[in-house]
Amino acid sequence: MTEKLHIKMTVNGQEEEFLAEPRELLIYTLRERLNITGPHIGCETSHCGACTIMMDGKSVKSCTVFVGQANGSDLTTIEGMGGPDDLHPLQKAFKEHHGLQCGYCTPGMITRAAKLLEENPTPTEEDIRFGMSGNLCRCTGYQNIVKSILAAAAEMNAAKEAAE
Amino acid sequence: MNDMTPDREERRSNLNGMGSSRKRVEDARFTQGKGNYVDDIKLDGMLSGDFVRSPYAHARVLNINTEAALKVPGVLAVLTAKDLAPLGLHWMPTLAGDKQMVLADGKVLFQGQEVAFVIAKDRYAAADGIEAVEVEYEELPVLTNPFEALKSDVVLREDLDPKADGAHGPRKHHNHIFTWEAGEKDATEQVLAEADVVAEEMIYYHRTHPCPLETCGCVASMDKVNGKLTLWGTFQAPHAIRTVVSLISGLEEHNIRVISPDIGGGFGNKVGAYSGYVCSVVASIVTGKPVKWIEDRMDNLMTTAFARDYWMQGKISATKEGKITGLWCHTTADHGGFDACADPTKFPAGFMNICTGSYDIPTAYLAVDGVYTNKAPGGVAYRCSFRVTEAAYFIERMIEVLAIELNMDAAELRRINFIKKDQFPYQSALGWEYDSGDYHTAWDKALKAVGYDALRKEQAERVEAFKRGETRKLLGIGLTHFTEIVGAGPVKNCDILGLGMFDSCEIRIHPTGSAIARLGTISQGQGHATTFAQILATEIGLPAESITIEEGDTDTAPYGLGTYGSRSTPVAGAATAMAGRKIRAKAQMIAAYLLEVHDDDVEFDVDRFVVKGAPERFKTMKEIAFASYNQAIPGLEPGLEAVSYYDPPNMTYPFGAYICVMELDVDTGEHDIRQFYALDDCGTRINPMIIEGQVHGGLTEALAIAMGQEIAYDELGNVKTGTLMDFFLPTAWETPHYTTDHTTTPSPHHPIGAKGVGESPNVGGVPAFSNAVHDAFRAFGLRQAHMPHDHWRVWKIAHDLGLHG
Amino acid sequence: MIPASFSYHRPAVLAEALKILSDHGDDARVLAGGHSLIPMMKMRMANIPHLIDLQDIPDLAQISLEGNRVVIGAMVTQAQLINDQTLTSAAPLMKEAALQIADPQVRYMGTVGGNVANGDPANDMPGLMQCLNADFNLIGPSGERTVAARDFYEAAYVTAREDDEILTSISFDAHAAGYAYEKQKRKIGDYATAASAVLLTKDGQTCASASIAMTNLSDTPIWSQAAGDALVGTTLDDGAIKDAVAAALSDIDPTEDNRGPVAFKMHVAGVILTRAIQRAWSRA
Repeated sequence: MTEKLHIKMTVNGQEEEFLAEPRELLIYTLRERLNITGPHIGCETSHCGACTIMMDGKSVKSCTVFVGQANGSDLTTIEGMGGPDDLHPLQKAFKEHHGLQCGYCTPGMITRAAKLLEENPTPTEEDIRFGMSGNLCRCTGYQNIVKSILAAAAEMNAAKEAAE
Repeated sequence: MNDMTPDREERRSNLNGMGSSRKRVEDARFTQGKGNYVDDIKLDGMLSGDFVRSPYAHARVLNINTEAALKVPGVLAVLTAKDLAPLGLHWMPTLAGDKQMVLADGKVLFQGQEVAFVIAKDRYAAADGIEAVEVEYEELPVLTNPFEALKSDVVLREDLDPKADGAHGPRKHHNHIFTWEAGEKDATEQVLAEADVVAEEMIYYHRTHPCPLETCGCVASMDKVNGKLTLWGTFQAPHAIRTVVSLISGLEEHNIRVISPDIGGGFGNKVGAYSGYVCSVVASIVTGKPVKWIEDRMDNLMTTAFARDYWMQGKISATKEGKITGLWCHTTADHGGFDACADPTKFPAGFMNICTGSYDIPTAYLAVDGVYTNKAPGGVAYRCSFRVTEAAYFIERMIEVLAIELNMDAAELRRINFIKKDQFPYQSALGWEYDSGDYHTAWDKALKAVGYDALRKEQAERVEAFKRGETRKLLGIGLTHFTEIVGAGPVKNCDILGLGMFDSCEIRIHPTGSAIARLGTISQGQGHATTFAQILATEIGLPAESITIEEGDTDTAPYGLGTYGSRSTPVAGAATAMAGRKIRAKAQMIAAYLLEVHDDDVEFDVDRFVVKGAPERFKTMKEIAFASYNQAIPGLEPGLEAVSYYDPPNMTYPFGAYICVMELDVDTGEHDIRQFYALDDCGTRINPMIIEGQVHGGLTEALAIAMGQEIAYDELGNVKTGTLMDFFLPTAWETPHYTTDHTTTPSPHHPIGAKGVGESPNVGGVPAFSNAVHDAFRAFGLRQAHMPHDHWRVWKIAHDLGLHG
Repeated sequence: MIPASFSYHRPAVLAEALKILSDHGDDARVLAGGHSLIPMMKMRMANIPHLIDLQDIPDLAQISLEGNRVVIGAMVTQAQLINDQTLTSAAPLMKEAALQIADPQVRYMGTVGGNVANGDPANDMPGLMQCLNADFNLIGPSGERTVAARDFYEAAYVTAREDDEILTSISFDAHAAGYAYEKQKRKIGDYATAASAVLLTKDGQTCASASIAMTNLSDTPIWSQAAGDALVGTTLDDGAIKDAVAAALSDIDPTEDNRGPVAFKMHVAGVILTRAIQRAWSRA
């Protein structure tokens, strides 16, 4: 029997505090402990990216992180990116450009795309395909995902320029 | 009430009906992380169940010791075949007329087979419990090659009487399952014997797996107070699952509610019933608590239904001018340890007899022999109609081989053999009536779009440059003209476990002019909630935005056979149109009553009924809806509802012309797809945006299959490609940009002329990619090289042709 | 995909980490980015009763240039490597290689230390470090020592690091212009079918020095002295390159796996090395 860890973390702006077994993977902390079911599980070998979240400003596969590693961390999932009254440009663009079908990869895709646009606000199609290579999709063939991200980038850059 | 009306085009456009690239209603929840998939379901007191699985491909199970497992904190029970036997549940029927072990009953037949089911308070305890179960195995000889299995003394299915008939007739050997035939054997052999030219080849379509991003799973919840079982699951056919669960559990169907919530991709993987479903149901009944089972990716790849694994020996005969005279095909079908093929009952080899493809072949013969081996059971139709990918790959490769034999251009060979437009409806030599097609138009459009003649010229120049040592890259032009058979299907010959393959739509219009329609199908990403509303919007004149489409809850949805094999639009789409027309027929009577004219004096105009000759007198559908709740109309019941159960008169036959231009590195075996052009003809197009998305997705699955994806075994039956490290799923980087195009040849028998399109790209894509690889090496003597065309296999082609000198 | 239970430690200082390691012997392992270890634990192929997370230990995640010497802390991530301007100027080979490792998310967590220390023959950094003639800094109960990368790898998962030592940093000289990391893989995120790290310097038209390492073609990375020697003093004509390739091929010993048979890997190794040599030379 191993001792439970005392964990504090911020998730989508909300502070959470709880006891957890060390072997609890962050994806289960989110999905089962905190009822944040946007991030999904698609594999157990860290390939598919359906579990992608933002952790301390990095794109991270939450299935490959133990809860103890995230102690004290600041996490954002798809739920924290925007809701019905304040959609993120990526959330709007994915709908506008048919960037999803079954929706299973979508939370991880959008969360990763948001970070990609922070890394590179004016990506080319090639930059996007490379930058999204950690997220698998079985439905869309990626073409409309690329289109959606390009469109969101354009909107975000236009808004930035307008604000300046 | 008759306010000023906008013109007809604007009214039509406001409906967002058929032909509109309507944005999807599903996207709101998915982009906000508010989807509801099976693993999102949490119920009070829910337990977790998971399997002890066999490491061996063929072994006796001598003993299962659960003592240590039961002592693991949180473990409540461990089920074995011994526990299920008194309930008659240790075996279950398959969709192919075979039976399959739910839990190992004396032996195991494939690596990963379920041996015991651990039930625990959470998934952590279940995982620990699994480690603690001790199983004693005695290894047996393993059969992984179907040809050897048919000669071997090793008996795989000791539960079957080798002398008795199987589900599909006599069995030739203890490892043989069935023989299925179509066409004319003697006549075809005669034609081949007398032909100018005969090309013969073995075409292998390798074993692979649909691998949707979400694995299979379920939550079973038995309410012992009310005697009702609720089963949520990844089910592409929820009603069929309900009937099967009823038959095997003894619970009546009205006490079983099956719900398919959001499904993260199906592609055929989620059609059949798996041990996990049965064990979860039993566990819930026994414990009185909800039980969740969600499989891992390795479980999914290793043990749920595979696809393909067809060895197709083909012979094709032609005149020396290139007119095909006959086609002969003998297929050896590797089904794994149990025949769990998801096919209509009378078709143990699916619709393999579409293998005459797009060509007018007067005489043909097909025989398929199914075989047991020590591999996972199956197969399923992975993004295709039953065995259509195999059939299309077969004929599109045989055409290429024939072109080599005749020393002809493969595009021209196809053209002179296409079924002509005026030959439709076309009776094929293997028994299908193709509904409609215009192959020549599609073909010419495709060849023109890619600049075919210039590409051939470039290719010839590249061959010369290669021979001069100036380049190590070859250019391949992959051609395909496929014809699919989808929309299973007419009840008279298509049933799943005796359930006719009709489908259904039930519509209820609300007083204030919005509506709900429920269907017997279930979307796994195809956008039904968006597109079926579009069909209705056009049929009944209410905006698509005002129509809710609901699927997947067997308590409320009318019975249907689910979504796979591109059947939703051909069958449920037809039911939707027919139900819509019933609504419209009643609406016509209500309108006539309100306008005080005879029924025949009003006509439908986009969103209203208008008095003929007096267009200023009309009633909108919204007004009619309210009237149906408000008026006492003699001879008419109140309300505005309709149901249609549609038995399609025939299958539908979408087709397409795909061209893939590929560069291949002779030394590393790497490929680069320079161009991919896909022209699809799916008849009437409901939502062009969604069609395009389906094509992109299907082509990418085809890319994976052709260029690297496989379920591979070693000689001991160990799965070599059981994780996403080795099971090839392309990322955005490996996936090319696709150019999509279309022609429109409506289906004459379908109410809206639509044929279905979701799987065409996988059917046509694989031969296009594969033919590109073959075509690149044709000038150096290549006839046939088996898929997948991953780096080392392409390297081997070059090596064997002496190109590494 | 549920690992077995374990005790989790997150020490604030290195000494504490070392103590836990020595207390528990081979029941304890350090955790860097976790992207090699955690997948193994999820499949229960690795059972580690004591996991020591190094992320809070100060001074393990710096990149610095001291004169001509690059020093990279073990906890530096691949993402940090790629974005560090100083490193990219002093040793662009690192960024070129790092961009070919895994995928963006894995690179945010995967560390240099994790990539070099566990002795997985499929990792990219070990061969790279041998090409750069890097030194690994190890700290244990008996103090600090340095082991050359070229002496570090003994067999698959067997290295010169003792169980109670922690690899804390790597260091190497900033490299001159001629560099290339060439990697063939089945898809992004895959390990190498064959990979080659090459460093060359030019004197006039002649090659003055050459360092060549091959990855995932043996049970350890292979730094091929003979391959490098075959290029030195030549103008890198076809004959010299062929000799270098022949030398490298006789030093490697690939095994068959899902990526392909031995003959294929040998052929591809030669092609990849040739391309790496040509690209490095074009930059020299």
